[in-house]
This record gives sequence, C-alpha cells and structure tokens, in this order.
Amino acid sequence: MFNARRLILAHFWIAAIAFLLALVLGEWQMIVRSPLSTWVDNPEHYYRSLTAHGSTMGYVFPTLIAMGFGYAISVASLKRDLLGLRWAWVALALVIVGTATAMTTVALGRASVLYTFYPPLIGHAAYYVGLVLVVVGSWIWVVLLSLNLRAWRKDHRGERVPFAMYANLAGAYLWAWTAVGVALEILFQILPVAFGWKTTIDAGLARVLFSWTLHAIVYFWLMPAYIAYYTLVPRAIGGRLYSDTMGRLAFALFLVFSMPIGIHHLFADPMVGSGIKVMHTLFTAMVAVPTFLTIFTICASVELAARLRGGRGLFGWLKALPWDNPAMLAIAFSFVMLGFGGAGGLINMSYQLDSTIHNTQWITGHFHLIFAGAIVIMYFVIAYDLWPHLTGRRLVALPLMRLQLWLWFVGMMILTLPWHLSGLLGMPRRMAYFDYTTVATQPYAWTVVVSVLGGALVLISGVLFVFILAAGHRTVRSEPEEYRFALALHEHEATPRALNGFAVWIALMVGLTIVNYAFPIWQLAKIPTTSVPAIYVGGDQ
Amino acid sequence: MKRVGLWGALGTAALVLIGMLVGFVWLPQSQDPSLSPFAAWCSAFGVPRTWLTSTSIAAQPRTSKVLLTHDLLGEAVSGDVGHGATLALRCSICHGPTGISYADSPNLAGQYAAVIYKQLQDYRTGARENPIMTPMAQTLADRQMRQLSVYYASLPRPPAAAIAGRGPEIVRWGAPMRNIAPCGSCHGDIDHTMASPWLKGEPRNYLRGQLIAFADGTRTNDINGQMRAMAQGLTKAEIEAAVGFYAGDVQ
Repeated sequence: MFNARRLILAHFWIAAIAFLLALVLGEWQMIVRSPLSTWVDNPEHYYRSLTAHGSTMGYVFPTLIAMGFGYAISVASLKRDLLGLRWAWVALALVIVGTATAMTTVALGRASVLYTFYPPLIGHAAYYVGLVLVVVGSWIWVVLLSLNLRAWRKDHRGERVPFAMYANLAGAYLWAWTAVGVALEILFQILPVAFGWKTTIDAGLARVLFSWTLHAIVYFWLMPAYIAYYTLVPRAIGGRLYSDTMGRLAFALFLVFSMPIGIHHLFADPMVGSGIKVMHTLFTAMVAVPTFLTIFTICASVELAARLRGGRGLFGWLKALPWDNPAMLAIAFSFVMLGFGGAGGLINMSYQLDSTIHNTQWITGHFHLIFAGAIVIMYFVIAYDLWPHLTGRRLVALPLMRLQLWLWFVGMMILTLPWHLSGLLGMPRRMAYFDYTTVATQPYAWTVVVSVLGGALVLISGVLFVFILAAGHRTVRSEPEEYRFALALHEHEATPRALNGFAVWIALMVGLTIVNYAFPIWQLAKIPTTSVPAIYVGGDQ
Repeated sequence: MKRVGLWGALGTAALVLIGMLVGFVWLPQSQDPSLSPFAAWCSAFGVPRTWLTSTSIAAQPRTSKVLLTHDLLGEAVSGDVGHGATLALRCSICHGPTGISYADSPNLAGQYAAVIYKQLQDYRTGARENPIMTPMAQTLADRQMRQLSVYYASLPRPPAAAIAGRGPEIVRWGAPMRNIAPCGSCHGDIDHTMASPWLKGEPRNYLRGQLIAFADGTRTNDINGQMRAMAQGLTKAEIEAAVGFYAGDVQ
C-alpha cells in the first residue's frame, strides 16, 4: 500500500468505531419505540440519538470509507506513492475534529434536528460547523485524488486510466458537486440563523438545496460498493470482469444521472412546480440504466468465474461458485437487498405512487435496506479485502467472516421488510413513541417487534465485524502480495476516449443540474415572502 | 461505442426535451384544459398563482396581533431593566414585589420576555381580556411593555421552578392518538418554543383557570388555536395532573 498504509488504516478504524457507536444508538431507538418498551421518558433524547445515528451513518462513516478506499485505489491502481500525503492527514484531522464537534453538540442536546436538518428547526451552530469540516475534509480528498491521477497521466501519456481509478474519480467528482447543495444550505441559509444574525429562514429554499445533496449522496455512498462489485469481487472469486467499457459507462452514467433527481424527495412539498417534479421523476428512472448495466456485467462476470471453475448448464454454474468466499457471499446478499430495495425505490421515485408511502416508515425501511444493507455489506468486503495489505498480517477468521455477513444479511432483511410493511399500513416516521393500543395502530405492533429482533442480529454482526478487524492485528505476520484489481475479460480492448476522461460526463452533470434546479432555486431566492421564523431547538438546556 | 460521449450528450438532450414536453406542456394542459399554454407552463414551473379566494364566513374571535419573530423585542437598550423595575411598582400588588405572586396571579419572575410582551400587547388589543389587566395594559406604551418584559425576565425564577422529577404522562408524552403534544415540548423540560411561557412554579389556580379558559374558548389569543386544540382534548384528570406538576407537586 505504498506510503498510505497507516493513513488508510486510520480511516477504516475511525469509520469502524463511529459505525459501531451509531449502530448501538440505532438498536436503542428501535427498542424504545417498539411495544417492548415503555415510552421514552424524554422524547428529546430519542431525537438526539436519531440525529447522532443519522449524522454518523450518513456523513461520517461512508465518507471515511470512501476516502480510505479511495486512497487505497489510488496507490494500488496507479502503483505509486500518494501525492499530498500530509494533506490527506489534514483532511482526516478535519473529519475527526468536525465529527467530534458535531457529535458533542448533539450529545448535549443542542442540535436535535436530525441529519437532514429540517429547517426551520435550527440547532447550535457548532453542529453545522462540525459537519462543514467533515465535508471540507472530503473535498481535500477529491482534490488529492484528482492531482494523483493528473500526475500519473503526465507520466503515462496516451495510456488508459486504470478502471478502478476511473470509477474512484467518478465517485469523487460526484461527491464534490453534490455536496455543494448542502454547503450552500448550511452557509447561506442555516448558519446565519444559527449564529443569530438572522431570525427567519427560507425553509422551502433550504429544502430544495438539501435535495440537491440528499439523493446524490446515496450514490456517493454506493460508489465504493460498486467499485468493489467491479474490481474486487471478480478477482476474489477467481474470475474476470466481463467488460471494462461497460463498467466505465455505468460509472459515467451515475455521474450524469445522480444529480438532477433529488426533488423526488420533495414530491409532497408545495413550493416546487409539478413540471419540475416530472423532470426529476424521469431522471430518477434513468438511474435504472447504470444499475442494470452493473447487474448484467457483474452477473456475467460471476458466471464467467463459475464456468472457469467447471460450472455447467443454464443455472448449474451457480453451484460451482465459491460460496465459502466472503466476497461471493456478500455480493449475492448485496444483490438480493439491492433487488428488494430497488423495487421499493421505483415506488418512491414515482410522483404518483410516492403519495402512498411518503413520510411513512416505508422510507426508513427503504434506505436502510439499500444503504445499510446492499452498500454496507460491501464495505465489510472492502475492509476484509484490504486488511491483510494494511496490517501485514493474514486475516484468518473465514468462518467468522461468513457468520458476520450472514448475520448482517438475515438481520437486515428481518429489520427492513417488516419496516416496509408498517409503512404501507400508514405508520409515520420520525416519531419517538407510538400508542399501539388503538384499532388503527395495533397492526403496526408486531412489525416493529420483528424489526427490533432484526436490529439485534445486525448489532451482533456489527460487533463481530469490528472484532474481526481487531483480531486481524494479532494474527501471523505475512508479507501480502501486490494489491490488484480484477482484470477485464478482454483486457486490451480499446476504450472510447470519452470513457477515459470525465469532461463530457461532468458537463452533462452540471448541465442537468442547471436544467432541473436553476428555476426552483432562483424563484424561491427571489420571492421575498417565503421565509418563516426559525425554531431553535435545545434552547432550555 | 466509439462516439459514446456524443451519443450520451445527444441522448441526454433528447431526454430533457421529452421530459419538458411531458412535464410542462402535455400534463398541465391535460389536467386543466382551461389554462392557456402559457399559464399551464408557468404553473408547471411552480410560479405562484392565486388559486384560492375566500371571504370570511363568520366573525372570528379577536386574536393576537403580535407577530412572533425572534427579534420581537429588538436590541436591548441599557437602562431598560431599571425603567422596567420602576414601572413594575404598579404590578407588584398582584404579581409580588419580586415577581412571585401571593394572589394566584401568574409569577413573572424569570418568565421569557417575549411571553410577557405578547400578553401585554394582547391585553391592550383585547385579544385577551381581564378586568384588571386590560385597563392596566391600555395605559402602557409599547416601549414600556418592552421594559417591563425585560425587567421581569431578569429576575430569578421562583423556587418551585427548580423542582425536578418525572412529569405526569400528559407532560412527558401528551396523548398521540388525540393529537395532543406533550406540554413539556413547548413549556420547558423537554424543549421550549418561542412565546410559550415557562410554567414551572406557576400558581395552581391560575394554571387550571387558563387551561379551562382555553378549553371552553373564552381565551383565544393563541393565533392558530394551538392551546385551544390541546386543552379541548384534555380530560379533567389530565388537566389536574399537568396543573399539579407545574404548580410544584413532587411526582
């Protein structure tokens, strides 16, 4: 791992600790709002926990994984030391300081606004400043990756950018652009009010700006998982990537279609026109294209591996797959969860169908299934795959790893499927407690109890994950071989020029953002009567 | 595959065009054929338009005219607290010389300034009525109301305000199935919202009287009826529980 070994290790360890703490909070929340517990004594504590859980899992954990894995891809795929190592440590320090600042503020009860902020709720400025530091840290990472690729290109004129690095940069550029929305919201909408320079806030405009970030951030979370699908799994199971070009196209299309779709989170908001919402629905549907390209390419790659191992027949090859390999197990689980989650997502993105589940527990079930399920299970694989190269020791606990992945998958399914059902029954989200004793609400009760059990399995799995990583520091030393990524089936096929760079795709991303966001933002900024008094939370404490 | 960039750009442009035709032309016009193409286009973009004109069908009860913003009281001016203290001499018979009442009038010591100011304004405009307070408030200028408010806000709260302990269910949890929010989420302990009074340590009879006045609609200076909606749904036992807790009964 060249000069970045300690840096990457630090990212993964901080991510793992933050993840474990947030996981405990998550299960506590599941328990206290279930029929198994009496109502939480002070509902504010629930929202405090929810804010800490969401902020850690949404901003800190995936950002650290993306950063750590991003550096690893840079050094391993470009086969050279990381340029700007000192800046990378500065970026990590910013993320740590930002996280500590934000979480202390939340723990003191001064910012129970949930991770999506919900203006006109306004928490203490330190919470937002902390999150801005996290984002600034991640922007340094984007710049560093970009500079590293540029330096490589200078020395390798005319050569094809390694696929893993291409995908890595697609994720980084996507994040750089999508984080602009939340940065604008915090800097120009929220912070002036949090500091007391203004006492009213344009909640509608703030929500539109947040939606700029809110959906594309999911694809930023997704990128490391997708990179693992394409570049780690085929190698780990002894196969090859079916098509390098198809992979590049999928990442390029994610760059284009992740951005102009966030207003599907605002279908129930009156300040955005219906035509704008139709446009966002259309482009959300387009995300299916890179998703299906990925599913096709990865299934083909996996089939290739199976046939190389002697698999035969229309479906018989499935038996030839190395099911005892954690990477194989994880990708199968990930695809199942992506399938269920994606099907649910089709309902969320539809302007009409959304109204049946908007603001219900269905949504919480959905994003846990996609992010905590399909994506995070691949984060585990990334960590397991990198660990021997980071610690210089073998990771031997294969059965434990398989158990951990099984628990995560089964737990996540048991957690999220009843969660979807309760949403369909009409159970609202963001509530600290529910009265399960009435005819209207009694049918929710069993679904929540089942989810608590699923959550418990997930928590055990999370503890196991951290245990396996910790144990990995104490096994036999072994000098790992060079870290490499999956080779393509036709490794030397020509790559179209557009898929060796980002210019076209970034231009389309920015262009579509302007088409789909410029008018609502301009209009709300222009109308003077759209601001409402801020509601400061935690003022009495 | 060679010209993938060009085809990507052209395809995306075509998508934008199709989306716009559907979202801005076809759907808005088919939903409301009476709209001109331009009006349909504007409405799909979300340009505000007047879509509801209504006239008041019945006389509404008088309600507060105070616009609640965080800079309601403006910048504090030095000397306001001192002026307020002098003005407060006329209030002390009922509200006590230290802002703590011995006559079942509300304690004002340590109350939020915005709360006192709003109530004084409401007495003056008639949004809230009281045979003693209404004439008192009518003699006060706006500036004097601000001075009184900041003076009382500066005094230490009554000892009963410090009594801790688990509140009763209605204070902690409200009644979710009856749309009643927890008292504590606006009036302190859980959280505080602007212009909601701090209730801990207030006299029992005053608290009970006001809850009943909100419930039977004789007090109407909560602009959107927030307190009337809460109080009307409360049972007698819940009123007594909330009153007892805020009056300082140890739970």
